[in-house]
Amino acid sequence: MDLPIYFDNAATTRCDPRVVDAMLPYFTDFYGNSGSRNHGFGWRAEEGVDLARKQVADLLGADRKEIIFTSGATESNNLAIKGAARMYAKSPEGSGEPRGHVITAVHEHKATLDPCKRLQKEGFDVTYLEPGADGIITADMVEKAMRDDTILVTIMWANNEIGTINEIPQIGELCHNRPSGKEVVLHTDATQWVGKMPTDVNRDNIDLLSMSGHKIYGPKGVGALYVRRRRPRVRLVALQEGGGQERGYRSGTLNVPGIVGLGKACELCMQEMDAEIERLRGLRDRLESEIERRIDEVQVNGQRDKRLPHTTNISFGFVEGESLMMSCKDIAMSSGSACTSASLEPSYVLKALGVGDELAHSSLRMSLGRFTKPEEIDYAVDQIEQAVIKLRELSPLYDMHQEGIDITKIEWQSH
Amino acid sequence: MAYGPKVIDHYNNPRNVGTFGTQKEIKERKDLGVGLVGAPECGDVMQLQIKVDESGKIEDAKFKCFGCGSAIASSSLATEWLKGRTIDEGLEIKNTQIVEELSLPPVKIHCSVLAEDAIRAAIADYKTKNGVEAAAAKA
Repeated sequence: MDLPIYFDNAATTRCDPRVVDAMLPYFTDFYGNSGSRNHGFGWRAEEGVDLARKQVADLLGADRKEIIFTSGATESNNLAIKGAARMYAKSPEGSGEPRGHVITAVHEHKATLDPCKRLQKEGFDVTYLEPGADGIITADMVEKAMRDDTILVTIMWANNEIGTINEIPQIGELCHNRPSGKEVVLHTDATQWVGKMPTDVNRDNIDLLSMSGHKIYGPKGVGALYVRRRRPRVRLVALQEGGGQERGYRSGTLNVPGIVGLGKACELCMQEMDAEIERLRGLRDRLESEIERRIDEVQVNGQRDKRLPHTTNISFGFVEGESLMMSCKDIAMSSGSACTSASLEPSYVLKALGVGDELAHSSLRMSLGRFTKPEEIDYAVDQIEQAVIKLRELSPLYDMHQEGIDITKIEWQSH
Repeated sequence: MAYGPKVIDHYNNPRNVGTFGTQKEIKERKDLGVGLVGAPECGDVMQLQIKVDESGKIEDAKFKCFGCGSAIASSSLATEWLKGRTIDEGLEIKNTQIVEELSLPPVKIHCSVLAEDAIRAAIADYKTKNGVEAAAAKA
C-alpha cells in the first residue's frame, strides 16, 4: 500500500492513465484547431472532439448536439444560470420591472450561489431553499416555492460536502408540468453525480446539466454543459463572445486534448459504473461502521441512505478538524472546520443542516474513488482512531464531557 | 495549512498537557489559577492552569486545547514560558512574541491572542482567589 492515502476524490480525482494515453497524441501529433476546416490537422482534431462529444452524450443519455464544452463545472454553472435567466427574463435589465424568479438552495456550491447573487443584483428574485437535517431538497420544497413568474430552478444533484442526493427527477417533473402550461427550466449542477451514478437527462427531466472532467478521472480545466434541444428547446444568452464556437454558446478555440480526455473519462465511467457503485459503497460502509464501532461521540452528517456511495462526512466530538487532519498525516481529506477555510467560518453546508458550529469544526469529509484499495480503509481507521485518542487527551471539552458537564451550558466568550 | 517547524514540534510533542484536577477541584484550590477562553462554536477553546508557590512564582503550568495546530502550539508554548516566572512577569508575555516564536501566518494570529487571553485569565483567577488585587490596593 502506498502512502499517503487519497480520500479527497470529491475535491478532485487522479487522472486515469487510460485517459492520459488518449489525450497525448492530441498535444503533439493531432494538434490542429478543430475549427480549421481546410486541412487534415483540423479534421483530425475535429474527429477527436466529435468522438468525445458522443462519449459525453452517451453517459448522459443525451444527443451529441446538446453538449457544450466548457472549462469546467464553474463555467457551466455560470453559463447555465446567468444564460438561462437572462434569456427567459420577463423584462429587460434596468427597466425596474420584476425580471423573474429563480429557485436554488442555501447549501449549493459557491459556483451556483454566486451567479444567483449576481442575478439578484440584475433585478431577479431568488429563493434560497433550506434543507432539513437530512440535507435533502425535495420536490415538495421546490413546489412550495414556485411562483407564476418562476423561470429557473437550479439545484445540485448531489452535495459536494455530504454527498446527499436531491430529488432531481421529481423536481424536473414538476418544472415540466406547471398548471400554467409554461415550463420552468431545470438546471442541475451534477459535478459530484455524473460518472458515478446513472444519468439519463430524458428520464430524469433535466434541461441543463453541469459536469466537470477532473471529478471523473479526467483532466482539469475541461467540463461540459448539457443544453436540452427538444421538448423543450432551451436557449441561453452566451457569456463569452468571439468566434462562435459551440453553437455560439461558448466562443473560444476548443481545448482539444482536454475534451478528448473528458470523453474518454466518460466512456470509462460508463463501463465501470455499476461495479464501482457496489465496490465503493462496501468500502465506505466499512469505513463508517468501523469508525462508529471504535470511536465514541461520532456523528455521520446528512441522510445516510440517500447519499453518494463513495462519500462520508463525519463529526468527531470534542476534536477540531484541522488538528485531526494534521494528526492523520498519511490521509488526504477535507474538513468543515473554519481553520481550513479562507473565510474562517465553519462549513455553511453543515450549518444549513442544523449541525452545530462546534460539530462543523469537528467534521471530516472522506471521499473514496476508483483507485481506493480495501487495505487503505483499515489503515485510515487505525490512524483516525489514534489521532482522536491523542487529541481528546488534549481536549478540555472532552474532559468536561467525561465529568458530565454540558458544554453547551457554559457561557463561552465568542471571539 | 503548511506550518513552520516550531508549530509542528509543539503539535507533535505538546509540553505540559494536563490538568491539576477535575473542574471542581481546580476551582477550589487557592494555589491554582485557571483560564478558560475561546468557544467551541468558534473552533478553539484553551484551558490554561498555573500552580503558584508561596513566593508568587509559577512553579508549574498545564494546558488543554481544542483547536487547530497553531492553537495547540500557542498554548503549549505559553506553558513553557510561564514556568519559573512570577505572576507579574507572566503578564509580560504578549501575543506578538508568540507569533514571532512560532512564525504564525496572519490567519493564525488569533490563536496567539487567545493564548495571551488564557494567560491573563489564569493569572486574574489566581489573584481573585487569593485577594492579591485587594491586598495590593491596600498597600
